[in-house]
Amino acid sequence: MSQSISSPSNLESNKLVFECETGNYHTFCPISCVSWLYQKIEDSFFLVIGTKTCGYFLQNALGVMIFAEPRYAMAELEESDISAQLNDYKELKRLCLQIKQDRNPSVIVWIGTCTTEIIKMDLEGMAPRLEREIGIPIVVARANGLDYAFTQGEDTVLSAMAQRCPEKSTKNNDLINEEKKQNDSLVLFGSIPNTVATELSFELNRQGIDIAGWLPSQHYVNLPTLGKGVYVCGINPFLSRTATTLMRRRKCQLIGAPFPIGPDGTRAWIEKICSVFNITPQGLEEREQKIWESLEKDLQFIRGKSVFFMGDNLLEVSLARFLIRCGMIVYEIGIPYMDRRFQASELEFLEKTCFEMNVPIPRIIEKPDNYYQIQRIRELQPDLVITGMAHANPLEARGITTKWSVEFTFSQIHGFSNARQILDLVTRPLKRQKNLKNFHFTK
Amino acid sequence: MKLAYWMYAGPAHMGTLRVASSFKNVHAIMHAPLGDDYFNVMRSMLERERDFTPVTTSIVDRHVLAQGSQEKVVENITRKDKEENPDLILLTPTCTSSILQEDLQNFVNRASLESNCDVILADVNHYRVNELQAADRTLEQIVRFYIERENKKKMEHQSIDMEQIIEKTEKPSVNILGIFTLGFHNQHDCRELKRLLADLNIDINLVIPEGSSVHELKNLTKAWFNIVPYREVGLMTANFLEKEHQMPFISITPMGIQQTSQFIFQIQQILENLISSNFKNKFENKQNLSETSSSKKNQKDFKFIYEDYLNKNFYKSYVQKQTQFISQAAWFSRSIDCQNLTGKKTVVFGDATHAAAMTKILTTEMGLQVVCAGTYCKHDADWFREQVLGYCDQVLITDDHTKVSDMITRLEPAAIFGTQMERHIGKRLEIPCGVISAPVHIQNFPLSYRPFLGYEGTNQIADLVYNSFTLGMEDHLLEIFNGHDTKQINSSLNENTNTSSDNKLQWSDEALKQLSGIPGFVRGKVKRNIENFALENNHSIITMEIMLAAKESVNA
Repeated sequence: MSQSISSPSNLESNKLVFECETGNYHTFCPISCVSWLYQKIEDSFFLVIGTKTCGYFLQNALGVMIFAEPRYAMAELEESDISAQLNDYKELKRLCLQIKQDRNPSVIVWIGTCTTEIIKMDLEGMAPRLEREIGIPIVVARANGLDYAFTQGEDTVLSAMAQRCPEKSTKNNDLINEEKKQNDSLVLFGSIPNTVATELSFELNRQGIDIAGWLPSQHYVNLPTLGKGVYVCGINPFLSRTATTLMRRRKCQLIGAPFPIGPDGTRAWIEKICSVFNITPQGLEEREQKIWESLEKDLQFIRGKSVFFMGDNLLEVSLARFLIRCGMIVYEIGIPYMDRRFQASELEFLEKTCFEMNVPIPRIIEKPDNYYQIQRIRELQPDLVITGMAHANPLEARGITTKWSVEFTFSQIHGFSNARQILDLVTRPLKRQKNLKNFHFTK
Repeated sequence: MKLAYWMYAGPAHMGTLRVASSFKNVHAIMHAPLGDDYFNVMRSMLERERDFTPVTTSIVDRHVLAQGSQEKVVENITRKDKEENPDLILLTPTCTSSILQEDLQNFVNRASLESNCDVILADVNHYRVNELQAADRTLEQIVRFYIERENKKKMEHQSIDMEQIIEKTEKPSVNILGIFTLGFHNQHDCRELKRLLADLNIDINLVIPEGSSVHELKNLTKAWFNIVPYREVGLMTANFLEKEHQMPFISITPMGIQQTSQFIFQIQQILENLISSNFKNKFENKQNLSETSSSKKNQKDFKFIYEDYLNKNFYKSYVQKQTQFISQAAWFSRSIDCQNLTGKKTVVFGDATHAAAMTKILTTEMGLQVVCAGTYCKHDADWFREQVLGYCDQVLITDDHTKVSDMITRLEPAAIFGTQMERHIGKRLEIPCGVISAPVHIQNFPLSYRPFLGYEGTNQIADLVYNSFTLGMEDHLLEIFNGHDTKQINSSLNENTNTSSDNKLQWSDEALKQLSGIPGFVRGKVKRNIENFALENNHSIITMEIMLAAKESVNA
């Protein structure tokens, strides 16, 4: 309880401070990753093996998408499955054959849930056997609420998929390596909309760097080749398991960089990649400058305003760093899970940004407690709270302006030109408040 | 295992949470993993709730899996007790906790020793009941808990004789059971019911669970009788109160003109029974017992007060007046406008209450033909079959939306009345659909007054039905002139825009591919912007580079 209320003096820190609360916070279940991954990987089918609770979440969280004949479904466990009166293997085989017949996907992704964990259903054991029998690859990802939060679901899927990427043949590679080190291939990991992926590829192409592939690719059959000598770089802060898998199991070399969110992040990201390939980046500074200039009107509007991140999608550090660069003051960065190694460059960048902008470094609260956070919000009265939908309306009713954090996950926020999108999301609630300022409604 | 894409009724704990959070100052604690608290999102978004939803989670994580919850649940309960000071904390099991098989009742027992509030474990099994059944059960459980405790108290303090005299309000009064959060138009229906009862000079004793306090529950028995507007939630409570406290109840849903009048006549009957026999005796007995204290005036008043309620003509003329003048629906069905609806084929699907009522309204009050009536309330299938018998050609009992979809595709009705799912099926098949039942979207939580029950409800339903069909005259004209005459205008417009730009600019294959990836509804606008940008900057071939530059310039 002692940590529940921060005295404002706590905020004035010039070192990174990490705290950990009770983990009693609101976030989406990690199975929600199927909603964007099935759209990204066009020849996939996602089968969530869970209960009605999981199904109802997907149906309500993903709203209208369900009606577009989605390539995902629930394998709904019934009482007979729980009490092992039915044979898991036979049941899954029946459903997967039905999926094969109806949709004929190139891969079926099984999403393990809390229930499969508790009843210890051996999905990893069954998948290879069933795969051979029905002739469709089956990838198993345990994206459950016991272990993970929201976007980490994607991490579990990509980390499972990384093991399915074809192996780079080392012989040819050695020959090339001897000739030209720069030709080492680069694979980016993280699921982003295709238009954004094209934009990021384009930025790297400008610097003379070719991207050998993406994890995930648009089609499962086009997964990138991995192996020794392949450099990998993440584009989202929640992909630490995938990074670990790529390094340890696939022997790739990880480029640890800040994430390409905001023009500052994008530039730092490209520069870091360039440095690995021994390339001096061209025209990046002017490019970043131009983007900032184009944003000036919005920047004027938000400078000096304060933000509070309640934390639910792991994008928080990168977004906070960008907003600090924009001239905002961040009171608190709530985050479900903080991988200090994977996010090392981003954290360093945050520190540097705070120093340059001459603002105290915000506290980073891992596994936050929403109840305590709301008390702190009441005390601090920030100009904007970035929070989940469970708290948004109640906070608005108490006179606190909010932005739903989920929108940052579903919007295009990567690269130079999408910086505007992030600012749009941040400024919209503030502008709305300004537009309604003469329309008095009490708290 | 079942391959499922969509479900009509949610999991059990949803029902429990809906009931718990409808009460004032009741807090629910779910025993669940992280991310299962999306009930809070639904309530905050759909109901546009201003207060924090009083639901928190005692999180089940790896540690709980390995060692059990141990002190965690108890600590969470006592912590919430201190923070929020609720009257009642309801520990809510989920699918996860039901397979962990921890002794939650033990946690509840321990926690109730340490906290000021009451603590109950919701008695629902995830794998056996759905959202609606769980809600019904939880409401009964809470009511039973408070009434039985009150009875115990009475037994201790007073002689057993006193128990026989059930305290009743002086004026006839009712409880309305089953109005709760996230219910389909529940708030509006409740207001309409209150209005109707006020017209009949009947007091509202309690509305539960919405907005009521658990401490008021002991007063439930003071009402003369109960009303259960929706079959799905409240019936168990009404049965309990009837069995244990001899309270009659009405479970007719006053939806549509005929059911509303039946509802009113049943009220009359119940009052007649209560006053003329049972209840009157009790009142006289009571007065005899306490003749010394109570004045004789009371006895005179008594007859004077209740005579009004025994006047059959009052109810008859009320129903007649309302039907003729307040509800426009009866007149509407007779007006020539409505002739065009005669015999049109419809399919009805929804929860048992709304689907059954709607089927009757469409056939007997509007003259439509219901080719299929169905419900997803499988547990209440017998009642539903009996209700719609003779009002429709066939009955469909299923919770599989593909079966409903297949049925609609096969029958090709002129309109559908169903849930949001049927609305989407209708969109795909280009059949209009009116939404009459949960599950619902945010647009089914309208800000304006939209009851489905009572006389104002009949107006709403008539509008809904009428607006679902193409207007009569328009229908004829379309038939004669083969549809709307708009196609040519649109296509010529398209041609113009196409030719104007296509002549001047070329697109590289790569850029064209990128363009085709942009969603259809904005593609035209994006294309135009890029082409304008290219023209302004004197490019004749549009490459990827120009596309991206154009995007940035638009942003700037």
